[in-house]
Amino acid sequence: MNDRPTGVELLRAVERFLEQEVVPRLDGPRRYHARVAANLVAIVAREIEMEEAQLDSEWERLGALLGLREQRPALRDALRDAVRERTQSLAERIRRGDADRGAWREELIAHLRRTVADKLAVSRPPRVTREESA
Amino acid sequence: MGESRPGTAPVLSEDEMMARLRDFVAAQVSLAPGEVRVGSLRRLAGGASRELWSLDVELGGAAPAQLPLVLRRDPPGRQGESDRGLEFRVLRAAARAGVPVPRVHWCCSDASLLGAPFFLMDRLEGETLPRRLLRNPEYAATRAGLVPALGAILARIHAIDASSPELAGLASAGGGSAREEIRRIVEAAQRLAVEPHPVLDLAARWLEARAPEPRRRVLVHGDYRVGNVMFDATGVRAILDWELTHLGDPVEDLGWLCVRAWRFGNDALPVGGVGTREELVRAYQEAGGTPVDPEALRFWEVCGNFKLALVFITQCRAWLDGVPSLELASLGRRTAEAEAELLELMEGPA
Repeated sequence: MNDRPTGVELLRAVERFLEQEVVPRLDGPRRYHARVAANLVAIVAREIEMEEAQLDSEWERLGALLGLREQRPALRDALRDAVRERTQSLAERIRRGDADRGAWREELIAHLRRTVADKLAVSRPPRVTREESA
Repeated sequence: MGESRPGTAPVLSEDEMMARLRDFVAAQVSLAPGEVRVGSLRRLAGGASRELWSLDVELGGAAPAQLPLVLRRDPPGRQGESDRGLEFRVLRAAARAGVPVPRVHWCCSDASLLGAPFFLMDRLEGETLPRRLLRNPEYAATRAGLVPALGAILARIHAIDASSPELAGLASAGGGSAREEIRRIVEAAQRLAVEPHPVLDLAARWLEARAPEPRRRVLVHGDYRVGNVMFDATGVRAILDWELTHLGDPVEDLGWLCVRAWRFGNDALPVGGVGTREELVRAYQEAGGTPVDPEALRFWEVCGNFKLALVFITQCRAWLDGVPSLELASLGRRTAEAEAELLELMEGPA
């Protein structure tokens, strides 16, 4: 086990440094890229915090959709690989036309909406806000 | 820039480029090289698929003139899939049809002069950054008039006589029937994506089931979006970037204009974050555009967002394959934005 600060805490420190110390001192493409870097660091921090719960739920939903009942892999990396594999099977069924209509399509749509919402909760695309209007 | 490849001309110095341009322009306007001055040549920031250079040309002789110009060429030694000569003729035809575009002057299809074909056009003053358009107070009037203006301009673009002999090259300029376009983007997404994307597989089935039969084919801009609009505080100054122009379904341009990425987060207003689809269609039709079937618009909007996902996947793939760009790295995660939009268009709001 590592000492504090945690990984997420370190990333937040890097994000703060980039946003508050680096971005204001740069201009042009470098300023833009520093902002992109700060944003990416924040994405990684959110991913570390949220990924386990998201994968857990995604694994369950995919199991229900595909009628699978294997043991959930215990470690996060193995779980991520297993979710990718189930998603691959799902994609193949969609390509075969299994989701063109019917009740299964409805279940699938609910799953995909949730999966995409989870991805957006991590990547959090920038919004145009009044405060930014400068 | 900077690297020369086997079999291509060595990269020219800027002084050498200016000297060659002076001789080229002199020949075009029937002046002696000594009566033409070319200066202030500098590379402008721009896409990777073509280069933009800024330069000033001074003509002497009987009708002296100062011309602030932009030079557009393929990167030397790497001629893209698009054709500079065709783009030049399309811009000329667009200007004649009343579309606001930079006036084009001369085109050179001889690759030996500057390493690649190029053309010269007017350098207009204006802003092109969509974020400024969406946020800055000085562009409030431009924002308010943007969607009606873009609808009306698009009707003029689609009215360009695409059968005129000078535009003959359009027939083979990429794009095609909706069915061909879907096949192309679906195949590319499957080939380039490193992760499974069930939303894209679902959208592919949806598109294949709804591809409209080929009907009237018009000159389609091919990249009609807010990022290719030059504007100032008074409104739209010019429509830029005509390198993807092809023959196709006019609704393709309307659908692409509604794609999520051009809203910059302002999703309540689907057209560029500043207007509604109804407003766009009304302006388009009032300016003479063919009546737009809402289902056709939805089809092309789904197609456009699928293409957007493909853009993100392609850029992410370039980074994974070793292009060391932070911006490319950041784009892979944006695929989810296109997926969210696809789900909403196909299935309605969550």
